[in-house]
Amino acid sequence: MENSKTAADIAKENALFDRKSVLFLVVLAAVCVFVAVTNMLFPEDSALHVPTYTVSLLGKYLTYALLAVAVDLIWGFMGVLSLGHAAFFALGGYAMGMYLMRQIGDRGVYGNPELPDFMVFLNWTELPWFWSGFDNFGFAMLMVVLAPGLLAFIFGWLAFRSRVTGVYLSIITQALTYALMLAFFRNEMGFGGNNGLTDFKDILGFSLQGDGMRLTLFLVSGLALALGYIACRYITVSKLGRVTIAIRDAESRTRFTGYKVHNIKLWIFTFSAALAGIAGALYVPQVGIINPGEFSPLNSIEVVVWVAVGGRATLYGAVVGAIVVNYAKSWFTAVLPEVWLFALGGLFVLVTLFLPQGIVGLLRRRNA
Amino acid sequence: MGFSVGGYLEAIRHRDRVFDFLAPQASMNLDVSKGYILYLEDINVSFDGFKAINNLNLYIKEGELRCIIGPNGAGKTTMMDIITGKTRPDSGSAWFGQRLNLLEMDEPEIATAGIGRKFQKPTVFEEHTVFDNLDLAMAGNKNVMALLNARLNTAQKERIAEVMEMIGLADHRYQRAGSLSHGQKQWLEIGMLLMQNPKLLLVDEPVAGMTHQEMDRTAELLNSLAGRHSVVVVEHDMDFVRSIARNVTVLHQGSVLMEGTMDQVQSDPKVKEVYLGE
Repeated sequence: MENSKTAADIAKENALFDRKSVLFLVVLAAVCVFVAVTNMLFPEDSALHVPTYTVSLLGKYLTYALLAVAVDLIWGFMGVLSLGHAAFFALGGYAMGMYLMRQIGDRGVYGNPELPDFMVFLNWTELPWFWSGFDNFGFAMLMVVLAPGLLAFIFGWLAFRSRVTGVYLSIITQALTYALMLAFFRNEMGFGGNNGLTDFKDILGFSLQGDGMRLTLFLVSGLALALGYIACRYITVSKLGRVTIAIRDAESRTRFTGYKVHNIKLWIFTFSAALAGIAGALYVPQVGIINPGEFSPLNSIEVVVWVAVGGRATLYGAVVGAIVVNYAKSWFTAVLPEVWLFALGGLFVLVTLFLPQGIVGLLRRRNA
Repeated sequence: MGFSVGGYLEAIRHRDRVFDFLAPQASMNLDVSKGYILYLEDINVSFDGFKAINNLNLYIKEGELRCIIGPNGAGKTTMMDIITGKTRPDSGSAWFGQRLNLLEMDEPEIATAGIGRKFQKPTVFEEHTVFDNLDLAMAGNKNVMALLNARLNTAQKERIAEVMEMIGLADHRYQRAGSLSHGQKQWLEIGMLLMQNPKLLLVDEPVAGMTHQEMDRTAELLNSLAGRHSVVVVEHDMDFVRSIARNVTVLHQGSVLMEGTMDQVQSDPKVKEVYLGE
């Protein structure tokens, strides 16, 4: 990296829409438009047609990318390595799943208009209190942000105030997601136990199976990723973002400079968790299921691998990493399923050793 | 929101205070009417039975430049940790002016109240430019929302430029702090302290690893600060201490061995014994 820059260079780099951000957003928009056009306009037997299955697969990648951006915000820019961010993703997903369950109405296997199938199966007679309100889309969307946000706030309040940092913080975030997984596996929790929530039918009255809805969900995921990216970019180029980097590089210096480090960490962490919740809410209708497996500690670790592979502290690197690694995962699990975990571990080791700045760091070096 | 309405009303009441960062930070509560800015009384600290600070009593006058010397393990750094809130003493009291009890405040509160600290090892924000380092250190509203929307105004930019000039880094404005030389990092850290508008500066070994030329410039810088600020310097280098100090305090085994001018201190038999083992 060059050491001396001019005022103009600095201003360009600190602009909300710098060259790389514009490039990223243009590519994202182009992909979305391309997929939409080819999916809608070309007939199914045409070579240019993108099948709806692929549209949903890409939509899933986009929600993963948003989750990766949320993790990059706290890890890449603030040095808080959360190994439990998939928990917030899953909570957002469950909030969406609960809304979708309520949308099934009396079309379930048991035909009960009041209760979801799994509750009938458990001989429950009425809806638990925490399910009320979820037939309202607006309320459910609020919960998508509030549930993970509130959990992150309480967790962060306790952890950051006690100055839990580094590997200790990472370990308790793992414990958090593991505890949630065990809790959600229990039938008595009222979230469908190990089967989770599935068999969704409609969203806002439109069938989830329809090609139009699939494409819409994909486009909304693209939009959410773009807006999430811009929001994170807004934070990282602000003075607040410079303070988070200061916390990452010299935490006690930041404290002696008069910053309430725990407050800053708390708010960024909460924001990041809410963003992860939104990603989870968009993920669930596209894959059609949410179950406690999403809380598995391994999932959170995978997210960190995506960010590391793509390149930390760039935001767009996280997107690249999420898509590349997940594409590789789709390919491996189809062709060589037993090799996948070794490939993932190997990838992480290789990137850490040879590409500390990830894939985008490689491109940057070539450009320079 | 309540705080902003109250804040605006308060701002209207104080029309004389236009720029936050120009006002000394501690103006509200810092009371130095008795002429002393720091009181440390009967302080004791022990780590696992080892008494790092033993009945320490130390008073610093307003505007004074005080040097603190002492052999390794005398408790110099621990003393600074107590003043800045990093370490809590087992007993004793620590007051900043007449009214601020340092033992009830945490690090950011103490920093905001007007005590700036330079670490032994130069600690700057390596990934940031010299300019950003000074900007981050600047006194002002450090709440999350305020930071998110913070923009520099002309007066603030001028203040940063002024400090950059003072610490001799005006030509390195956009250089990454991590790529500065050791001496330049030390100066940058002192500059960051100045941006906080502190009333009391604690400077831990400012010339460690500096060339003689850099040392002279540092002495000049610290001398120019005394008067407007109170400065406490912890240093090993006797030549450097001689070049800046009017008053020297010698610490030994966690308490004050003696206080006096450099000549008095250097000719004192007790001090010779501690330093030279005679």
